[in-house]
Amino acid sequence: MITEKVMFFVFASVLVFAALRVITARNPVHSALFLVLAFFSSSALWILLQAEFLAITLVLVYVGAVMVLFLFVVMMLDINLTKLREGFIKYLPVGATVALLIIAEMIIVLNANFGANKITSPMIHGPGYSNTAAIGGVMYTDYLYPFEIAAVILLVAIIAAIVLTLRRKVGAKSQSPAAQVQVRKSDRLRVVKMPVERKEIGQ
Amino acid sequence: MADNYRLVYLLIPLSPLIGAIVAGLFGRQIGRKGAHRVTIIGVGISFLLSLLVFKHIILDGAPVFNGTVYTWMISGGIHFQIGFLIDSLTALMLVVVTFVSLMVHIYTIGYMYDDPGYQRFFSYIALFTFAMLMLVMANNFMQLFFGWEAVGLVSYLLIGFWYTRETAIYANLKAFLVNRVGDFGFLLGIAGVVLYSGSLDYVDVFKAAPHIAQQHIELFQGHPWSAITVICLLLFVGAMGKSAQVPLHVWLPDSMEGPTPISALIHAATMVTAGIFMVARMSPLFELSTTALSVVMVIGAITALFMGLLGVVQYDIKRVIAYSTLSQLGYMTVALGASAYAAGIFHLMTHAFFKALLFLGAGSVIIAMHHEQDMRQMGGLRKYMPITYWTTMIGGLALIGFPGFAGFFSKDAIIEAVHESTVPGAGFAYWAVLISVFVTALYTFRMIFMVFHGKERMDEHTRSHLHETPAVVTVPLILLAVPSALIGWFTVGPLLFGHYFGSAIYVLPAHDVLRELGVGYHGALAFVIHGFTQAPFLLAMLGVATAWYFTLQRPDIAEAMKHRLGWIYQILVNKYGFDRFNEIFFAGGGRGIGRIFWRVGDVRLIDGLLVNGTARTVGWMSGVMRRIQSGYLYHYAFAMIIGLLVLLTWIVFG
Amino acid sequence: MIPLSYYLILGAILFCLSVAGIFINRKNVIILLMSIELMLLAVNMNFIAFSHYMNDIAGQVFVFFILTVAAAEAAIGLAILVVLYRNKSTINVDDLDSMKG
Repeated sequence: MITEKVMFFVFASVLVFAALRVITARNPVHSALFLVLAFFSSSALWILLQAEFLAITLVLVYVGAVMVLFLFVVMMLDINLTKLREGFIKYLPVGATVALLIIAEMIIVLNANFGANKITSPMIHGPGYSNTAAIGGVMYTDYLYPFEIAAVILLVAIIAAIVLTLRRKVGAKSQSPAAQVQVRKSDRLRVVKMPVERKEIGQ
Repeated sequence: MADNYRLVYLLIPLSPLIGAIVAGLFGRQIGRKGAHRVTIIGVGISFLLSLLVFKHIILDGAPVFNGTVYTWMISGGIHFQIGFLIDSLTALMLVVVTFVSLMVHIYTIGYMYDDPGYQRFFSYIALFTFAMLMLVMANNFMQLFFGWEAVGLVSYLLIGFWYTRETAIYANLKAFLVNRVGDFGFLLGIAGVVLYSGSLDYVDVFKAAPHIAQQHIELFQGHPWSAITVICLLLFVGAMGKSAQVPLHVWLPDSMEGPTPISALIHAATMVTAGIFMVARMSPLFELSTTALSVVMVIGAITALFMGLLGVVQYDIKRVIAYSTLSQLGYMTVALGASAYAAGIFHLMTHAFFKALLFLGAGSVIIAMHHEQDMRQMGGLRKYMPITYWTTMIGGLALIGFPGFAGFFSKDAIIEAVHESTVPGAGFAYWAVLISVFVTALYTFRMIFMVFHGKERMDEHTRSHLHETPAVVTVPLILLAVPSALIGWFTVGPLLFGHYFGSAIYVLPAHDVLRELGVGYHGALAFVIHGFTQAPFLLAMLGVATAWYFTLQRPDIAEAMKHRLGWIYQILVNKYGFDRFNEIFFAGGGRGIGRIFWRVGDVRLIDGLLVNGTARTVGWMSGVMRRIQSGYLYHYAFAMIIGLLVLLTWIVFG
Repeated sequence: MIPLSYYLILGAILFCLSVAGIFINRKNVIILLMSIELMLLAVNMNFIAFSHYMNDIAGQVFVFFILTVAAAEAAIGLAILVVLYRNKSTINVDDLDSMKG
């Protein structure tokens, strides 16, 4: 039990530190990398919560795809960092105050009458339990239509991202196979009749 | 039998209506001859059928017909119907209206001979006949009101018949507006009737009348008034408008702007008597309110005397007769106030004949004078137009109540009835009508002397063309002169002292002045002989003598008096200042209020505040709102987060 | 044994850090997007904690959907960002005020 608690606190503190650095790092690249760290730590916490499938998905999808995308964009854009950092200190007190207020209120809610303490002992699943199978069982039965919609949303996102960023080059040349196949002799070849020419001598 | 008569009753108003529609809508196709033929045939049928009905009801003694022809709608238990109540009162009115109307139709052929609006004119007068017949035949208030408004409308159209004249337009607008005042009172009266009796039918209302008499109405907090008095007074306001009683009389003299046949038919013989007829018809209601009777009598007396006085100073021949009409309507109203309804209706009938006669006679003179109406330009016409002269003379004698002529019987009966009456105000009314006899004789014979006697004051061109008017003009004059002279002899007995009206008019025994008079009645001849010895005859003769002296013998004295008694003359010429008062107070006040409403209500409130104000507010609001829309992403994000914070705080601490 | 409230408080802290991140990095769109990702992570953390403690797999299904939508959002958001940068040569939020009223 104590191991679990130690692991929780370790990962939780890494998560909070990473999150803090995400919002305070000077360089967006650092921010993105700290965000990766935050995802990793929460993935570890999710495993503590016996949600292996989601933990792995988080790592694969976010760390593997989304965060790479972020890094890619950050590095691709030539950004004037100093200008973007303007007002950081100026707005820090406001941001900190708001954040502290929200967290204070949330903690008050949790401690006062939220009822979280009523749930004391979660069901601990045995070694034969498969989280993936459980999610799959629900997802392909009860949540089939939402799942399909989620798939469509992803498709739309793919197409949208491509369409948004696609840049047609003006002078680019390309083949048109259909036109090539359909072409006829008469389209390309013209037989011209003309009288035979003789070479005049003495001119 | 009864069903046959139902058809007859229906045909009486409808045949003039058909004539009016044909002449009005197809006037161009049927031409001038077609227009007067179709309307005269329509009115002629109506007249013949009226005679038939008169015979049926009066001579054969058929029971009173009270039937519904058509139910328009039923709303909240109140029936809106077209129905006919045919009793002796209606029968009499039918004959009078259709006879005078027929005469006027025939006369119009001559009078309007060269008018471009010939067909239109015939259409209007036939339409008027229809409306008037609907009014007198009604068996319910709805139809009465319909007829009431319809005659008012046609009167409006006809006063303004020559619509290119500015004075005519002014006069018809004035007539319409003044009548609106009366009609508003009338409508309120009808509303009161419906409120208290729950029905529009005469029979039901009269049945409920004793019950209404015990009700009280609080128009002002703490001042309960008898409901029946309020109703009767309101109805009488309507009658005041239509029958031109003081102070709603102002429209009638001006209505002389219309063609003369109209003055004869509408503004002398029939429409203006609608108020008299209505009050007589409502006798079961008026009998129950002594207050109302008293008011009616006093108003009538004022009208009779003071409007007659105005006739003395007029120079326009038609206006003299118009003021005479006002005065005679006053007589009728006085009779109603004295509960001598029969005498009022009797005078209505005789007046219809002789006043139509006088107007048509005046019209005849006007035709001969090439539409010159100023009496100062006339004189000595007797030898040029003898028929007109003698018929007008008969009309004049009837008007002043020379014993034996139609007007004598009715006017004398009214004076005697007022003398007998015990209603408050009767004393005043008696003296008013008595003096009025003198005044009537004065202005009537002043007119006759100025027009037909004395020096010929017209210009040479007119004099050379003077001749008697054609037969279409003189025949109606003669036909009207006959009843003006003679009808009193036959009708005075049954109408006043007999049982002619039977149940049509209801008089409380305590008010029944005519019965008192009837005690001393011994036939028409005795009545006439008695009349020669009475004060009214002497006064009338005195009036004639005065008129003769001042117009023919010593016109210079009249001129001198005009200057010596300048202020009285000014008052009379200014018609007691009613017109000025109305113009300043009502018209000016109305315009003032209108201007205030326009400035404050329209320009400032509606345009300024509501219409433009809304737009301005929206514009101002958007001006404020656009400052909030900075376009910066983080501002929106801040708004969201702060909103979240507020919500959270509200949930935690709320 | 870790109580549920630990996870919830951790979620709350993460959420608040991301809110603060939006406030203080208000000029840099990329950091704003990252903060939003962080915010979604906090929500997911709560979902999974509840799912575990209340033994209801539906919570995890929801997280799955949130991940899907968040991935789509990140992809489209970055695409827009690229287009924006291409047209305006900046990602400074201060310069993006064409919607100003």
